[in-house]
Amino acid sequence: MFDLLTQPVGLTHYLIVGAVMFVAGAVCMATKRNALGVLMGIELVLNGANLNFVAFGSNFLERNPAYQLGLDGQIISLFVIVLAAAEAAVALAIVLNFYNNHSTVDVDRADELKG
Amino acid sequence: MSQYLISHWGWYPPLVYMLMAMLAASLVLLVIAGGSVLFIWMERKVAGRIQDRLGPTRVGGKFGWLQTIADGIKLLSKEDLRPEGADAMLFRIAPYVAFCASYGSFIALPFATGWVGLDINVAVFFVVAVLGLEVFGVILAGYASASKWSLFGAMREAAQVISYEVPLGLCIVIPVMIAGTMDLTKIGNLQSGWFTNWYLFHDPFTFITFFVYYTCALASVNRAPFDLAEAESELVAGFHTEYSGLRWSFFFMAEYGSMFLVSALGSVLFLGGWNGPVPVAAWIFGEHASQLSGVAFVLANVLGLMTFILKAVLGVTVMMWIRWTLPRLRIDQVITTCWKYCTPIAAVMFVGVISWQLMGLPSGGDVLPHHEQGLRRLPGSLRERPFEAGDAVPAANSVGFESEHADRERGQADG
Amino acid sequence: MRTGNGGRRMGEINGHTVLFLFFGILACLFSLAVVFSANVVRMAFYLILALAATSGLHFLAGADFVGTMQLVLYVGGTLVLLVFGVMLTAQNPFISLRTAGGDWIVAALVGGILLVILVPVAFQIGLPPQDAGDIEGLTQREAVASSEPVSVPTATRIGLGLLGVPGDDVSGYLLPFEIISIHLLVVLVGAAYLARAKRKVVVRQESQNSAGS
Repeated sequence: MFDLLTQPVGLTHYLIVGAVMFVAGAVCMATKRNALGVLMGIELVLNGANLNFVAFGSNFLERNPAYQLGLDGQIISLFVIVLAAAEAAVALAIVLNFYNNHSTVDVDRADELKG
Repeated sequence: MSQYLISHWGWYPPLVYMLMAMLAASLVLLVIAGGSVLFIWMERKVAGRIQDRLGPTRVGGKFGWLQTIADGIKLLSKEDLRPEGADAMLFRIAPYVAFCASYGSFIALPFATGWVGLDINVAVFFVVAVLGLEVFGVILAGYASASKWSLFGAMREAAQVISYEVPLGLCIVIPVMIAGTMDLTKIGNLQSGWFTNWYLFHDPFTFITFFVYYTCALASVNRAPFDLAEAESELVAGFHTEYSGLRWSFFFMAEYGSMFLVSALGSVLFLGGWNGPVPVAAWIFGEHASQLSGVAFVLANVLGLMTFILKAVLGVTVMMWIRWTLPRLRIDQVITTCWKYCTPIAAVMFVGVISWQLMGLPSGGDVLPHHEQGLRRLPGSLRERPFEAGDAVPAANSVGFESEHADRERGQADG
Repeated sequence: MRTGNGGRRMGEINGHTVLFLFFGILACLFSLAVVFSANVVRMAFYLILALAATSGLHFLAGADFVGTMQLVLYVGGTLVLLVFGVMLTAQNPFISLRTAGGDWIVAALVGGILLVILVPVAFQIGLPPQDAGDIEGLTQREAVASSEPVSVPTATRIGLGLLGVPGDDVSGYLLPFEIISIHLLVVLVGAAYLARAKRKVVVRQESQNSAGS
């Protein structure tokens, strides 16, 4: 595993950074009680995934054609970025609405629909 | 150069890379710091003259050249205050965030052919992107100061900067569309030759676009009449109310840095960048700088560098002139200017330029007598070619994507 | 420590490695900082830095257009929006909401399992296959990765791909592009409606009240 530091930077390095970001985002989504914190967790998850797409799409990191995504990877990550912007806008509008109605951003208090 | 140090002198590679990075960084820092020193002095002089005063006259001789240095020493000796309720870490770090954003965008700004920190293929986009991050410094400063004046200033800044990014982006896309590339070096070189080749004179639409660009740039760097974020008559000093000393001066370095940057960007996009109105360098050296090498290249580039900096400084001077001439707008007027005037005008100009290109109408450089124009026809290797001649796409479609230069170049390649 | 480790094989440390370590470590550190910070404003700040570092990684991987897009849209657009939201809702009781201990345990479990799954997969996929026939591929890969990161022009090809013109390493994406455009428009309208619906209702009630009284 410590070969990582002596080898030239390759796909694995990028994937590991992506994995760390993804896990950080997932943990963030699970632990934060602030609705905006949950939103930030989602952004981190999306970014981790994005990094993987870009790394797979980069043909100077990955020369094995079996794994190469080419520019498709970059275009997919563009779509992810744009959709993340849309998602953040809607989520923020919902959070602000929730804040207006309940004067709190604690997601644990959003339990009115509980059966 | 770094390869040379490694292979011939056997230096330790990471050290060399660090060294080279630091060299480039300090050069850019010199531009920002030196620029700020000059611009602050100029601001005082310009303000003085506009208000029928003399401005600084004592420090450093008749014209007060050293006034800024004296200011700097005063700022350094001030106490670094922090309000009690402030978020200490964010409060301390906010000025540096603003400064780094302004500083970082210089990475991709070419000062002459090939003289650029990092030659990115999407330089225009990058510069605008990084410059847009400056708003974070202001927002954080406003929030962390725990003062309502600061918070108001920060909110205004956020609303204003986000809004103005839309028309600014539209205006920037227009020269990019004409040039067919986002590389600032190529955009600059495409406008070489006589001043009629500048995109300002490309067609009537680009002429108007430049002024919309300048207005939006003014707003996005928070200069009067759009300096709502620090409106001193309403908000004490806006987002930097609570700052003093060195941290305060960092905000100002960031502001002057980004003023220079947007002027420089405007000059590359519309005013020919490092190409003078008359191709003097091409007459002296026989070729445009990008096709020279050795001493001639350096000399031609130095000439270009001087032209470029002159244009950018001129842009900054006009900003100062506007600041001391026009009254400040209200926040609703600022947003109205953006959404009801700048954005629709920019959109119309966008469509106008597209139609101009599509109909193949003559550009400025075609109307006036043609002179030998260094790089108007870029050699094929310097341009990306979106289409090969044998592409399956119908030719009628490709006119829409491509610039006339590309068309011309393709005609050459084919013929 | 890291550079010392690589010092044994000096030729392999190059600008790319140094920059990768810089941005990669920054990205990881700041993502973890987002998780462990309790103050929501600081979380937003760390998130900005993490995403900016990620965009640096995109540049290193040769995806300059995506990296810039990340800076413009993500860091410049989405996060300004987020910080705006944080500032609108950040009042003292909500700035730091403490997480219960049980949540931390569950989250650590989930995160640990994910990490245990993801990291070995990264090693399996990223390292070159061990077959003898791929030695050539390995050297080629090393040769490429140890050169300076080159800026391959991607913007034009991405743009053409989005317009539905397939290139040699990209397929046409006209339909997804259009769908996303419409989606963005809908989201814009929807978000504007959601964010201002409440205020309208209040105004109407007030006017009714004043009319009634």
